[in-house]
Amino acid sequence: MADLRDMYQEVILEHAKSPRNYRALGTPAVKAEGYNPLCGDRCTIYLTIRGDVIEDIAFEGSGCAISRASASMMTQSLKGKTTGEAEGLFKSFHGMVTGQNSNGDRPQLGKLEAFAGVSEFPARVKCATLAWHTLEAALHGEHEPVTTE
Amino acid sequence: MSTPALAPRSEGRRSIRTGFDVEKIRSDFPILGERVHGRPLVYLDNAATSQKPQVVIEAIAHYYRHDNANIHRGVHLLSQRATDEFEAVRVAVQSFLNAREHREIVFVRGATEGINLVAQTYGRQHVDEGDEVLISAMEHHSNIVPWQMLCAEKHATLRVAPINDAGELQMEEFESLLSPRTKVVAITHMSNALGSINPIHQIVRMAHARNIPVLVDGAQAVPHLPVDVQEMDCDFYVFSGHKVYGPTGIGVLYGKAGLLEEMPPYQGGGDMISSVTFEKTIYNKVPHKFEAGTPDIAGVIGLGAAVAYVGSLGLSTISTHEHDLLTYATERIGAIPGVQLVGTAKQKAGVLSFVLDGIHPHDVGTILDLEGIAVRTGHHCAQPVMDRFCIPATVRASFAVYNTTQEIDALARGLDKVKEILG
Repeated sequence: MADLRDMYQEVILEHAKSPRNYRALGTPAVKAEGYNPLCGDRCTIYLTIRGDVIEDIAFEGSGCAISRASASMMTQSLKGKTTGEAEGLFKSFHGMVTGQNSNGDRPQLGKLEAFAGVSEFPARVKCATLAWHTLEAALHGEHEPVTTE
Repeated sequence: MSTPALAPRSEGRRSIRTGFDVEKIRSDFPILGERVHGRPLVYLDNAATSQKPQVVIEAIAHYYRHDNANIHRGVHLLSQRATDEFEAVRVAVQSFLNAREHREIVFVRGATEGINLVAQTYGRQHVDEGDEVLISAMEHHSNIVPWQMLCAEKHATLRVAPINDAGELQMEEFESLLSPRTKVVAITHMSNALGSINPIHQIVRMAHARNIPVLVDGAQAVPHLPVDVQEMDCDFYVFSGHKVYGPTGIGVLYGKAGLLEEMPPYQGGGDMISSVTFEKTIYNKVPHKFEAGTPDIAGVIGLGAAVAYVGSLGLSTISTHEHDLLTYATERIGAIPGVQLVGTAKQKAGVLSFVLDGIHPHDVGTILDLEGIAVRTGHHCAQPVMDRFCIPATVRASFAVYNTTQEIDALARGLDKVKEILG
């Protein structure tokens, strides 16, 4: 049976209460907007990329504990990574929260492993991935807001 | 609420006021015996869809086991039986809404399709460039978008009557928005997100004084309030079967016969014609003109069983029990520190929408679910209502005839747990 503490881990609750990198970045940062039409959650991701390295990353938005914590921890994990590494992390993270890959397939997720419990709560996968879908849009220069639908 | 706040009127599970036996009612609904996440189901998401009594489930199964055939066309016995049962439901719904004639009852997929039908037939016929359609700020998306589509096509304007902080329609503003350009008023009888009940009689009187027809969205009201379309004098009334203990996929459009007769068909196909040649088609009479193709026959039969079930309990009995539940829930849940109720109209039924300080409704919904409690969290397909109150979403507990005060106590305990984990 699904256990609440599998999803609402201490580290997640802590990030939800005090999100890191919660601010806007000015130019030359690129930004993208994400929206979950089911619950009204909104997320804006700002990226400063030099070469192919994510030099700075920040977010703003409103949402549930899972979506705020996910955005906060994502920004922490991606600072200093290359865009290619970011894409790889998204793939692993997505696989983990949708229950599609086993532990062995995701050696690089580190602290983001805290979200593994989300796979027990299919209705909440979109909360955990909103920031990541928005990141994808920012990386690919999409100007229309992305939605989780 | 319509009467002053009352103390909870429940002793055990039997209401003192009505002698109403909720345990007996609960035994009519097999799903209420389910356990979810190892806990007894506490189903408080009735404004999304209600559960189905055994008589409805049986009526559908019986139809498929014994009577299944297409209607209005066969000479064989099964087709005759299916047709008779189908048309008998039309008469039952006529009586349920107190319509003048049974041909004023059109079967549609649900309230949404009923509104789209009126927008695309009556609306396209009567709304022209520069005209206006008037709705309210508490409408469900289904009573916004079909009119937006119509207005976009016709270069007409959608006007929105405002609501106050309690979630009540502001009647002076509503009246001032009725103009010579207004061609249709479309208004909900009861708000799905706030529970507010609109003064439909007054709205109809104001609109009719200016010769403007009124469509009433009854999707939320029909399970909770007795509806008399003749007394209300509305021109169109729509509701969905699944919110009133019937199956999904079936609903009703009531329209005054004179209006229905003047309206063009909605969809073309079988059953809506009296004769077809490649040169010319003669349309069938009302209501069949609006019922193209093989309908959801089993759905109609299930709806008939639901309407009969509601009739056997009596809507005034249902309404009294639900009013007691709402009064109890308003006091019990409203007293929890950090809870803010959204929608505190004086005239209200069946819905308790609220937010918890600093905790997102989605997190509330997940934690309650693990306690076996089903509530709706989100914008309830009423984003403009959320915008009006400057919130992204609410938690909504909504009540039906089978709910108990003990279930509201379970909700209160669940909210304590939410605060313990996320507070």
